[in-house]
Amino acid sequence: MMRQRDINDKDWLFEITPKNKFFSLNFKEVWQYRDLLFLFVKRDVVTVYKQTVLGPLWYLIQPLFTSVTFTIVFNNLAGISTGAVPPFLFNLASITVWNYFASCLTGTSNTFAANAGIFGKVYFPRIIAPLTTVISNLVRFGIQLVIFFAFFLYFYFKGALITFNEYTIWLPFVIAVMGVLGLGLGMIISSMVTKYRDLNYLIGFGMQLLMYVSGVFYPMSLIHSKMPHYAWIIQYNPVAYIIETARYMLLGIGEFPVGGMLYTLILTFCIFIIGVLLFNRTEKSFIDTV
Amino acid sequence: MKDIILKAENISKQYRLGLVGTGTLIHDLNRWWHTIRGKEDPYLKIGEANDRTVKGESDYVWALQDINFEIAKGEVVGIIGKNGAGKSTLLKILSRVTSPTTGSVKFGGRVASLLEVGTGFNGEMTGRENIFLNGAILGMTKKEIASKLDEIIEFSGCERYIDTPVKRYSSGMYVRLAFAVAAFLEPEILIVDEVLAVGDAEFQKKAIGKMQDISKGEGRTVLFVSHNMAAVKSLCTRGIVLEHGKVIFEGGIDEAISEYLNRGCKLNSGKSYNDEDAPASEIVKLLETESIDCKFKNRSDYFINEKVGIKIKFEILIETDDLALGINLYNSEDIHILSSHQKNEKINYTIGIYETIVWFPNNFLAEGYHFCGIAAMSYKGGFRVHFHDIHKFSFNIIDDYAENTTRRNDYKAKIPGVIRPILKWDNISFL
Repeated sequence: MMRQRDINDKDWLFEITPKNKFFSLNFKEVWQYRDLLFLFVKRDVVTVYKQTVLGPLWYLIQPLFTSVTFTIVFNNLAGISTGAVPPFLFNLASITVWNYFASCLTGTSNTFAANAGIFGKVYFPRIIAPLTTVISNLVRFGIQLVIFFAFFLYFYFKGALITFNEYTIWLPFVIAVMGVLGLGLGMIISSMVTKYRDLNYLIGFGMQLLMYVSGVFYPMSLIHSKMPHYAWIIQYNPVAYIIETARYMLLGIGEFPVGGMLYTLILTFCIFIIGVLLFNRTEKSFIDTV
Repeated sequence: MKDIILKAENISKQYRLGLVGTGTLIHDLNRWWHTIRGKEDPYLKIGEANDRTVKGESDYVWALQDINFEIAKGEVVGIIGKNGAGKSTLLKILSRVTSPTTGSVKFGGRVASLLEVGTGFNGEMTGRENIFLNGAILGMTKKEIASKLDEIIEFSGCERYIDTPVKRYSSGMYVRLAFAVAAFLEPEILIVDEVLAVGDAEFQKKAIGKMQDISKGEGRTVLFVSHNMAAVKSLCTRGIVLEHGKVIFEGGIDEAISEYLNRGCKLNSGKSYNDEDAPASEIVKLLETESIDCKFKNRSDYFINEKVGIKIKFEILIETDDLALGINLYNSEDIHILSSHQKNEKINYTIGIYETIVWFPNNFLAEGYHFCGIAAMSYKGGFRVHFHDIHKFSFNIIDDYAENTTRRNDYKAKIPGVIRPILKWDNISFL
């Protein structure tokens, strides 16, 4: 009798069951796999531009050329005013920040399809994969930020009216919020895209549309003054607030949307929770449908 | 008392066949509708046993059904079964790649699984970098890998290339390096799929040796899936045989292997046809085939020193003098051992039923299952095959060590080769 109970009550290390707990994000396990996370990030950063002549310079070429194009099209041609800030710097700041969000979102939304080979053969906490995307993109963002600062100094000494302010030190926090938002949205999409590939097509042009309503190449105030009827699109868009805030911190222009950021924070938290939830549900059996 | 380290209870896995499309969404919605009303999943009831050869009624199949087993600490268990028996699905569930539809598995130790060697290898990175990456994917920490790095490199035998990107490696080197990483894993439970069937002979030997060290010397618990019966036999202490997603046998490895071979080969020592399904042309029809011993009695097992006859009963439908029978012989690995045809002498067949026997001499075939393909052909006006009836019956050649008929002397292990004739050995002495 005793013996029987011993077997039944044995302390199992872990158990596999068909259904997950409603919400499970095992931080301890993720922490145990931190080396893997680090190595994945290293792999992503190191191997992207292997066997290219320009190598990591590609990290810089893309935002610079986009900024130039934007400046020509939106500022010179369309005549969007960026106030006292040189349009090129305005665009560079916006694009650097937007790029980080966009690459986090598109990268994580592809998690299951891109890692099907590994996921199908070995277990590790699946959330490591989207985390890798977010962190390795952060490295890229860091490099692009350095370039931004170089241009910032250039324009500063040329006499442009740009300054850092006391909020600038909060930039990492804003970027973190952005990363989490991208991660959350990406996980939601990645969970659904495993079964319904339709979303793959949606995300391609969806990102473009999102960019237009996120105030990347115009200040938020512009839409309020020019198209007040459609301002709500931007007002409900958390990405717009993040970009506006980041620009305020980097260039000292525009306004600090306190209410908007609060809204963004709450929304980001909700989206992240939903993302983890869906991701958990999917990770257990996605390999059967991918 | 046995110390149970892994316990599987009622695990089942259901798969949906066919394509994912609009129907999937409807099923998903229906399932969701049942769940929110607190009802059971409607599609769990309608699965069928998984037999890929039979066309099924339902879109859902059970790849695994009610699997129960316990594995004690230090055991090396082989999981064997035909293709599609559910071995890989079971391993996927045990290594947490996918989750079961019902049931649960409990683990009493760390698990590492090796369903493939070199998972996550990146061609652009060097051998050394990949050792770290692959090791981390398999669950090792950086520190652990660093402490074993020299051993891993030495075991792989790729020292010279260790700082070269692995895309420049030969496929053999790639596999060696990948296996070397896996060989130095130190989990309490190791799950291994058929990964030993890679690399050259020397490396396979090394790999099996390492596996033996892991299981015997270091007392690790190992679950091993393979089609290589020799490897299973030499490594495992216990066997679990799967068929159509169910456990059909669990016990000692030798019994498990013979159970698997018997089942796997659908041991019919003969085959008779009725009118509809008989292989035939307008000239000739196959009626019956079977294997017989020297007393013309049908049997399924033959000692290696017995001759084996294949009796072919056929019906001639049109008078002909241009017909030859042929036989193809395959072993259990589906290797085509030989092909033989009736000699080119004319036989004048009139309409009626005939029997022909072809003999395989004694001390000629190797041990194991043999499958026959029976054919009839004609040559005039162009070569023509009337029928070729393949893999419908088999016979087994045995050379049991325990029998007094044995030709094994004192050797117990598997003797390789597709045939085992007795050859003449001449001693030439130089005095």
